[in-house]
Order: sequence, then C-alpha cells, then structure tokens
Amino acid sequence: MVSLLDIIGPVMVGPSSSHTAGACRLGLLARCLVGGTPERARVELHGSFARTGEGHGTDKAIVGGLMGFRPDDERIRDALGIAEREALDYRFEKTTLGEENEVHPNTVRITVERGDRSAVMVGSSLGAGRVLVTEIDGYPVEVTGSYHTIVLVAEDIPGSVARIATILSEDGINIATLRLTRKGRGGDAFMVIEVDEQPDEKVRADIRTLPWVRWAFRLDKVSA
Amino acid sequence: MYHALADAIRDAEASGKTLAQVALEAESRDQGRPVAEIRDALGRALVIMRGAVSRGLTGDLYSASGLVGGDAAKLRTGPAGPMSGTPFRDVLARALAVQEVNAAMGVIVAAPTAGGAGVLPAVLTGLADARGLGDDAVIDALATAGLIGAVVAQRASLSGAEGGCQAETGAAAGMAAGAGTEMLGGSPSQAGHAVALAQQGTLGLVCDPLGGLVELPCVFRNATGAAIAMAAIEMALAGITFAIPADEVIDTMGEIGRSMDVRYRETAGGGLAATPTGRRLARERLFQIKRSGG
Repeated sequence: MVSLLDIIGPVMVGPSSSHTAGACRLGLLARCLVGGTPERARVELHGSFARTGEGHGTDKAIVGGLMGFRPDDERIRDALGIAEREALDYRFEKTTLGEENEVHPNTVRITVERGDRSAVMVGSSLGAGRVLVTEIDGYPVEVTGSYHTIVLVAEDIPGSVARIATILSEDGINIATLRLTRKGRGGDAFMVIEVDEQPDEKVRADIRTLPWVRWAFRLDKVSA
Repeated sequence: MYHALADAIRDAEASGKTLAQVALEAESRDQGRPVAEIRDALGRALVIMRGAVSRGLTGDLYSASGLVGGDAAKLRTGPAGPMSGTPFRDVLARALAVQEVNAAMGVIVAAPTAGGAGVLPAVLTGLADARGLGDDAVIDALATAGLIGAVVAQRASLSGAEGGCQAETGAAAGMAAGAGTEMLGGSPSQAGHAVALAQQGTLGLVCDPLGGLVELPCVFRNATGAAIAMAAIEMALAGITFAIPADEVIDTMGEIGRSMDVRYRETAGGGLAATPTGRRLARERLFQIKRSGG
C-alpha cells in the first residue's frame, strides 16, 4: 500500500535514495549481525554500486551504517574518517556477484567481524531507499528491514515453532509475520520472523542456546 | 490511497473538501493513524525542506565531483533577468538550492525521490512565502502532493531507472503543480488540470546523468521542472483546462517509460551523459573523486 509519507520522504543525506540511503540501511543491517560496530568489514560492491558508488557516497553510507548512523545522519559525509578514528578496519572491493539479469544492479556483499562473531550478508538497494537482504552466511533469506527481524536455522523437529513463539511471547514480543522453509523433511528448517517490538540481545541468546538451533541473528528495523 | 486522481477530485468536490483533506482522510484510514499525526510528520518534512532551501542559497556548496554547486546563489546575487523581482526567479533559486544540497550530501526530503527533491520545496515554500501563507497551508499542500505522487507511483513509476526523468522531476512537477494550484485557492478540478498540464510538458524526458551521478543535469532539471510547475499553476488558475485527464497523462508517462531504451534510464549510456563532453567530464571527475577518497 502506498503511503503519503513514503512519497514525501524519507529524510536523508543525498544524493541518491538507492546509492546513499539504501546503502546506509544495508550497512546498518550488517552491523546487527555482529551486534555492534564491527572491527573489520570487507565490502564487495556489484554492478551499479561498483560503477558509480564512489560518486554517490555509497562507500561512506555503508561505513556510516556499519557504525550505526541512520540515513539522515550528516556524519555520513565524514564516515570514512570517523571509521579510522573508531578503529573500524574496512576494505572495499569491486566484484561480480552473478549474471546481470540475475543479481540486482545495486548489490553488495558485506563480511563483518566483531570479537568472536562474524557474518556474511548479501543485500540489494531496490530504489527509493528500500532494501532487501537476500543471503546471510550462505542461506537465502528475504529481510526488508521494515520490521525488527529474527532469522534462524534449526533442525526440523516437531514443536520448534511453538518453542520459539513461547520465547518471544515471554518477552512481550508480538509476531507480525513468520515464514518457515525447509530443504526437505528432516533437513534444516529456516525461519524469518518479523516482530513488532525490538527484541534485545537476551532473546537472541535464548534462541541461540536451544540445542537444535544452529544459528540465529537479530536485525533491527531500519526503514519506516 | 487513491489509485485515480479523478476519484479523489470527485470525492473532494462532492463533499466540498480540498484534495488535501481527502488525501489526509484516506491516509488516516489506510494507516490507522489520526490525521493530526500525519500532518505532524509532514510538518517535520517541511522543516527539513526549509532547512535545505536556506542551506543551498548560501552558495558555498559543491558536489564531490565539483560538477555542480554555487549556482543557486547566483539567482540571488547575479545580474537581473526578465523574471527578477518575481516569485518565479526565487522558485528557480530554491530548486537549485535544494538539489545542490543533495549533491553535496546534505540532508533533504526525498519527495518523491532524492534526484527530484528540489521541485516541491521550491514551488511550495517559494509561493507560500511570496503570498504570506503560513506552514499549515504548506503542510496541506504537501498532503495534496503526496496524493498525486501516490497516484503516479501506482499507475506509472517514480524511478528514473524505470521511467526516465519524466518519472522523477516530471512527477515532481506534476505534484508541485497540483499542490501549488490548490494552495493558491484553485479547486480540486483545477488542481487536476495543473497536474495534467505539468506532466504533459515533461513526457519523454530522459534520465541521462553524467557518470551516473545525481548531479548534471539533475540540478538544472529540478529548476526547469519547477518552471514547468509554475507555468501549469498559472494556466490552471486562469481557468485553462487540459483535454486529456491527469490520470491518462500519468498512464502515458508510464507507457513511455516502459518503452524507453535502457540508455535513457539512469545508466549514463545515452543522452547528455553520452556526449563527448559528458563522457570526458565524467571520466575526469570520477578519477578525481577516487583520488581524493571522495
């Protein structure tokens, strides 16, 4: 549904909603995967991101997002300098992540490390600041950043959805959408859960410690 | 939100309301939020828009490539032209100002997009200031503009990569024309004619930025887009009607966009970007950005 406030907005640092605001949101989402500003980040730009990203400040926007800056934060302009002072060791590369007609032209693969945590995320900037995370640690996902989201991979056992729903409800978190996919009966079950309230780190830790959960990530809402 | 401007105009005229009122009521129903809250959000957008206008008019902003900047202030301090002393010249200055802020990584409201962000604040704040209208009138106008933009988004496109510049500064001109007409006292149907008059003047406009950067010609397309909006407002308020309804003009924009060659959709493969000078400037400037680390 189109909203007036989507048309008159977002408020953002220029010059491009896709190459700057969307890029910043992808940085924010990658930051979530390691629970804070990473110590090291490898950013691989594909397609139009690689070709015209520097002129659009895509590099500054992604690094700004990794440090927790929102798309309307004027510090994005100086993000590369701030990153050096904050000891965020970043590296940009240009790459090809697939055929032109298969991969969105504004796509990036971000590898982040913080303490003992690390993650690899692939995401695209779809235009007008909207983003889509398509892959986390090699698993295909669809995370838009329009909701707080929990992503997890678990063994396909009976009652797994109920157990996780219980953990969320104990923390007063309401589920907006839940998508469950699996590779086959008894194979890995993959859950993307969009929730209304922001889950804290404890919720992720509670889910993570279930013996049949292989991994779990928590991504913040980064879009209106 | 309405899918056809004709439906919004019909609802407004049947109930003696403005397009702004029916737009706010529709948004309130769709989103389950009170009208006052939506107006507050539009008010916050207006503060950012006014900030970008002021910042850009100081004239000391330049883009990372150095291709654009410093031109908004020339309309304030430069030699006179035939439009000197009129709101028209001030509106042009404001459109350049916001887009120069955008190119210099300043804060703007993407309305409808970042690349077309100069038109709406230029026309609406320029006219409101010239007529002594307060912020409430401009907030209503932003609601009307949002309605028009939502119709364009559903029937055609608001993306230069999909529909060329007619979908960005063209759509912005249509939004500003309809909203400005209503803000100055025009009826809902006059606002509809203003949308059609502005949008018809931008049909076929390609998106051909040098080096793919939102700089040249984007900054100037915002000024000429604002000029087209001003012309449409002037004609609609004089009682001029356009025979093809706004919805059909918008559909035409979508149809032209879909058949537009990919070279003219933000890829820097055609148009001004592909001229000998365009190619040379893009090569030099991109190299400069890279060398200076942005």
